Amino acid sequence: MNIITNPDKLRGIERRVQVEKISRRGVLKGLGIAGGLVLAAPVMSRHAFAKYQTGAGQMPHGTVVDPRVFVAIASDGTVTIVAHRAEMGTGVRTSLPLIVAEEMEADWSRVKVQQAHGDEVKFGNQDTDGSRSTRHYLQPMREIGASARTMLETAAAKRWGVPAAEVKAVNHEVVHSATSRRLGFGELAADAAKESVPSVEGLKLKDPKNFRYLGKGQIGIVDLRDITIGTAQFGGDVTLPGTKYAVIARPPVTGGKLKSFDATAAMKVSGVEKVMEVQGWPWPSKFQPVGGVAVIARNTGAAIKGRDALKIVWDDGPNGKYESTAYRAQLEEAARKPGLVVRKEGDVDAALKGADKVIVGEYYLPHLAHVAMEPPVALANVKDGRCEIWAPVQSPGGTREDVAKTLGIPQENVTVNVTLLGGGFGRKSKCDFAIEAALLSKAIGAPVKVQWTREDDVRNGFLHTVSAERIEAGLDKSGKVVAWRHRSVAPSIASTFAPNALHQAPFELGMGLIDMPFEIANIQCENPEAAAHTRTGWFRAVSNIPRAFAVQSMVGELAHATNRDQKDMLLELIGSPRIVKLDSVKDPWNYGEPYESYPIDTARLRRVVEVVADKGGWGRAVPKGHGLGIAAHRSFVSYIATIVEVSVGEKGKLVVHRVDTAIDCGTFVNPERIESQIEGAAIMGLSLAKYGEITFKDGKVQQGNFDDFPVIRMDEAPRITHVHIVPADADAPPSGVGEPGVPPFAPALINAIFAATGKRIRALPIGKQLET
Amino acid sequence: MIKVKVNGQQRDWDGDPDLPLLWYLRDEIGLTGTKFACGQALCGACTVIVDKQAVRACITSVSDVVNREITTIEGLHPTGDHAVQKAWRQVNVPQCGFCQAGQIMQAAALLMENPKPSHDQIREAMAGNICRCGCYQRIENAVHLASTGV
Repeated sequence: MNIITNPDKLRGIERRVQVEKISRRGVLKGLGIAGGLVLAAPVMSRHAFAKYQTGAGQMPHGTVVDPRVFVAIASDGTVTIVAHRAEMGTGVRTSLPLIVAEEMEADWSRVKVQQAHGDEVKFGNQDTDGSRSTRHYLQPMREIGASARTMLETAAAKRWGVPAAEVKAVNHEVVHSATSRRLGFGELAADAAKESVPSVEGLKLKDPKNFRYLGKGQIGIVDLRDITIGTAQFGGDVTLPGTKYAVIARPPVTGGKLKSFDATAAMKVSGVEKVMEVQGWPWPSKFQPVGGVAVIARNTGAAIKGRDALKIVWDDGPNGKYESTAYRAQLEEAARKPGLVVRKEGDVDAALKGADKVIVGEYYLPHLAHVAMEPPVALANVKDGRCEIWAPVQSPGGTREDVAKTLGIPQENVTVNVTLLGGGFGRKSKCDFAIEAALLSKAIGAPVKVQWTREDDVRNGFLHTVSAERIEAGLDKSGKVVAWRHRSVAPSIASTFAPNALHQAPFELGMGLIDMPFEIANIQCENPEAAAHTRTGWFRAVSNIPRAFAVQSMVGELAHATNRDQKDMLLELIGSPRIVKLDSVKDPWNYGEPYESYPIDTARLRRVVEVVADKGGWGRAVPKGHGLGIAAHRSFVSYIATIVEVSVGEKGKLVVHRVDTAIDCGTFVNPERIESQIEGAAIMGLSLAKYGEITFKDGKVQQGNFDDFPVIRMDEAPRITHVHIVPADADAPPSGVGEPGVPPFAPALINAIFAATGKRIRALPIGKQLET
Repeated sequence: MIKVKVNGQQRDWDGDPDLPLLWYLRDEIGLTGTKFACGQALCGACTVIVDKQAVRACITSVSDVVNREITTIEGLHPTGDHAVQKAWRQVNVPQCGFCQAGQIMQAAALLMENPKPSHDQIREAMAGNICRCGCYQRIENAVHLASTGV
């Protein structure tokens, strides 16, 4: 059958030879998929029977649950399932198709996964970001699988002339047990394709107790073998005949412009074929390229050598004075003065005035660069008014829109093929690099591959914001916290979209500031102004990193001030099991989810603290010089708690001996990938805590590569990381996994260092602070 | 004209002899398993084996490897079943997978030199290879598995 569509039209990164193999089976009758059969509107109504509501329908283009879009079955029984989200290491290219396979009773070993190109009208929202994929697609993927299964069962029942209720799909075949007859999915494919898609209301979902894959054991990712033999295709791995290779010299200061350049020496470099200006857009302009000078060559090595030989004069523009030391002082000063009140309960001024003791913590976190191992790269071929792109983009739909707009051609004429992403972490949700490739291909009339070097990635990216966090906590005579004022000052990501964005956007305020879950009578959250001087973007876990660092460090400080155990202090602050009410918040952004499905539930936050304390051996005796630290944080509507054991040796040598993390992410698909995400989050958390710092001088990023922007290597990695997944009811709404492991790590580490040494670190990175 | 031998195949190169081996492999002969990530021998993503040594292809010129045996991830094992590759799959090492070819080549070179490395020796020998996803615990376990069979 083609329950669905001709895979040739689903061009993705599957190597063509594989596509041809499927086509040759000769059963893939196209169903005229172009438009007509795709449900055009976001399909919230189709979730009438859903166990819980999510924000999926509110995303651009909503969800699509038509099985004909996502599933194809060949006559040999091979089931092809479309992955419409981008794989950047979270395992989503495996997990979402796995849900479909589970629900349709397909045998996973006979499933092929095909990557969707960017087409949100057809596939629904494809922006792989915000730890949303499983959260938004568990139910829709189950519906798709159940629809496909029902179509197969109906076809079998008709073939046998028996009531549909008597047949049942079991492991890649449909069985009529009364007569012991069975037909494989492949044998039923053509007939099933003729069946109409069943109404969702009539669908019967599998009983979770019969799941074979979901929530179980060790499902390897679909690309595992290809990755180990070097054939997995990442952004730079696709080449077309006649491809030219380009690197671009970009303005070193955000908002800067090209004044003049001299290409004489560059043109003399062996292999260099052309040097030309690339169009840039004034800052801010969303994800548009910043412009510069491109060197186009027969290979990337020649292009880089040619770029080194360029002589360029830049006009730095208004950000040419951006300097990190001065800017830090400015942020910290702003945090000491009243700012825009974004949450207010009780009377914090009076409560602080009347407090027996006030503890003040001032915390600072610098800019960070994503440094995914794969720097941005894209191949574009613009020809005859059409553009085809191969690139590691988190948002192929957005890329398609932006490329079409930039080239002035209809979106239908742009095809964006999503390769594997060699890490994303938020950087690859911005498609400037794909637009650059398209502009250059159009200019020279040949396919062009634009490769960013590591230095380009560090110096011309969309950095994690820089932030000053100031918390004042007032204690009464008994040591109870009665007042909490948190001021958070940081340039907003909104500054990448519009000039003069001086306040944090609701989606940033909602990441650990206004959603702070502690049970305190007087709470005030403020957001003083901060102007951006460089491109700012999403970085894995985003504003949760500075907020969790400040809040959870303060928990450690309060424990120390009141001579209490860190974990006891944390649980006391979280308070009673309850749903937190955010009545005083004007726009209580909740990761785009309805609060009814995804409230701030302190019982769940308490539980991860208790689970990690239990499994991680909180309070255990540790060797001299070692310390334990704990932190907990809700983000991306998941609940995480982490314990870190460290030692600090001579000359401040920091060793992380053990990490324990408990995660409650609701119901889940592939626990093996949850573990890998949380293991990785510990490494990323340790990297940013120990080393992560991008600084500016004269408007320019001072770092460029892994020598001056180090990340954790294996010899400094935690000796062991244990992941404890809190079991959830099968109907508990699933929540994020990719990002929420990061925020609690740094404060747990810093609390552990305090336990080991008595030294409280309030500014990241740790750098040399332990040496003195 | 320079003669280069990659994965057992003799080839001629008449371009810039100073071209980094990485770009020769990727852009000139289409062996894209070897990855570009830093260009400064800081991360190991471009690791190939030259004779029996792990080498960073991003700072090695084509002219440096004349008359040497270059092995890339594509040529590590005829069916992709080198002990290290198998161990990688058994342990489910990769997240995004981008650095893994370099990690695997580094691990294969390590085991040629030291067939039974201790965990500390693994951590030290693999410290030149960065994994931003943070798969280190599994890499360590996979190298150990490849060396011991358990």
